[in-house]
Amino acid sequence: MSDDVWILGIKMTKFGKHPERDTVDLAAEAALGALSDAQVTMRDMGVLAAGNLMAAAAGIGQQLQKQIGQTGIPVFNVANACATGATALRTAVMAIKAGEADYGLAVGVEKLAGAGLLAGGSRREGDETFTPHGRHGAVLPVDGRIGTETMPGVFAQVGMQYLYEHQYSGTPFELFARISEKNHSHSTLNPLAAYTKKMSLEQIMGDVMIAYPNTRPMCSANCDGAAAAVVVSDAKLKTLSKEQQRRAVKVAASVLTSDPWEEACQVLPDVNTLTQNAASQAYEQAGVGPEDLDLVELHDCFATAELVHYDNLMLCEPGGAVDYFESGATWRDGSLPVNVSGGLESKGHPIAATGIANVWEICQHLRGEGGDRQIEGARVGLAHVIGLGSACGVHILEKAAA
Amino acid sequence: MQVPLVDYLVLGDEPHLVAHECTSCGARFFDRRNACASCGATEFLAVEVPTDGVLKAFTIVSFAAPGIPVPFVAGIVDCGGTSVRANVVNVDPDPEHVTLGMKLRLATFPVGEDSEGTEAVGFGFEPR
Repeated sequence: MSDDVWILGIKMTKFGKHPERDTVDLAAEAALGALSDAQVTMRDMGVLAAGNLMAAAAGIGQQLQKQIGQTGIPVFNVANACATGATALRTAVMAIKAGEADYGLAVGVEKLAGAGLLAGGSRREGDETFTPHGRHGAVLPVDGRIGTETMPGVFAQVGMQYLYEHQYSGTPFELFARISEKNHSHSTLNPLAAYTKKMSLEQIMGDVMIAYPNTRPMCSANCDGAAAAVVVSDAKLKTLSKEQQRRAVKVAASVLTSDPWEEACQVLPDVNTLTQNAASQAYEQAGVGPEDLDLVELHDCFATAELVHYDNLMLCEPGGAVDYFESGATWRDGSLPVNVSGGLESKGHPIAATGIANVWEICQHLRGEGGDRQIEGARVGLAHVIGLGSACGVHILEKAAA
Repeated sequence: MQVPLVDYLVLGDEPHLVAHECTSCGARFFDRRNACASCGATEFLAVEVPTDGVLKAFTIVSFAAPGIPVPFVAGIVDCGGTSVRANVVNVDPDPEHVTLGMKLRLATFPVGEDSEGTEAVGFGFEPR
């Protein structure tokens, strides 16, 4: 018996447009699905961690309980931007590791279909006479006047900065478009993806430019969706059925970091250092290295972001992300498939759900239930999300021993 | 009468940016501070940021907030070791004309006028 925590059940809804279903409908589908997959009920849960970014103050945890089971357990409503789902999972895992619950439920849900362009920062209207506002004493809104706060633009710069730092001399637009081509191709095998259409390089590069070099298909898809996981302590798992034990997936590492101070972090979010830190901690916790991974689901909020995370997650040599991608390693038939689900670009990014949905993907393969997408013999997977502000969640999952 | 778009832009004959530099560790910030986010100290010195820089990241934005002309180039400029967020101006906003590593210098220009005729002056970086 150890202090390991296991995923006993997990579920993601189909991502896409669900205009007739509200946030709680989607959360309930995911939660009830996870409970059913685990063969347990709400009555067994000792803690609930829930996230919904768009209505973070509304208490999605309690709203969900009021539809599927008001059992009076502690509810942690969490928000960490795009790392909200991983934060919910981390919270449930932490409660079990602390010995405060045997079973926990983590849920992430978002309705984002039709949301359009997302941006950080403020968009306050100007006054009649110029009056300095805020910590920069701005007399007019700065978004668009001093750089960009739009997400596609911020993450375009993240990718371009990597190319600058590593003296890239090729064609940036085509490089990043090829990453998007990979993810759209992968999604054709994923029935739960919001978009399952293969797109050629020409189609991707010819689509609407949002913020060079990110065209529309190179941006994460805004959609509705939810995901939920039931986690259980090792001690409790050992008392459950052979089938529950066989399908349980070990949470070999569950890590959350925020962004440490770096020189340029105030002008462009540093998504690199906190990911490197989270990955190092996760590999150490799990007792594995990147060479042991069979698949990775990482945070391709934009095609330009995926590239830097090959390096940040130490999947490739430092500085070697471009060569690594161009070797074909990250396609599903490569040495380390990345985003076989289709990634955020094609599977979709209902913000709070993503951090659990990518764990769901890994679990499918580790359980041998990946269907057409199955990565043969998968034993160890890594799931990664980043939320600006910033937070990084990394989970390493391992197949149960036979 | 002119006012700067942000308080870290100093107008005059030689416009330049100023940063708050932590007297303990040297970390630089453009915003009003409660403390240093690098070391926690609470004393700062106003320092001038070099006006010449090199473009270390950029994007060309096609969809922006209402009132912002598109496309425009947003980027990060390395000014002698201090990274500055700015638009790249006085250059065609396309990948043929804007390149990583290009040499830039601070430029200032009017960005708006209020109901009393006061002009707001903003900044960007132009090719040098």
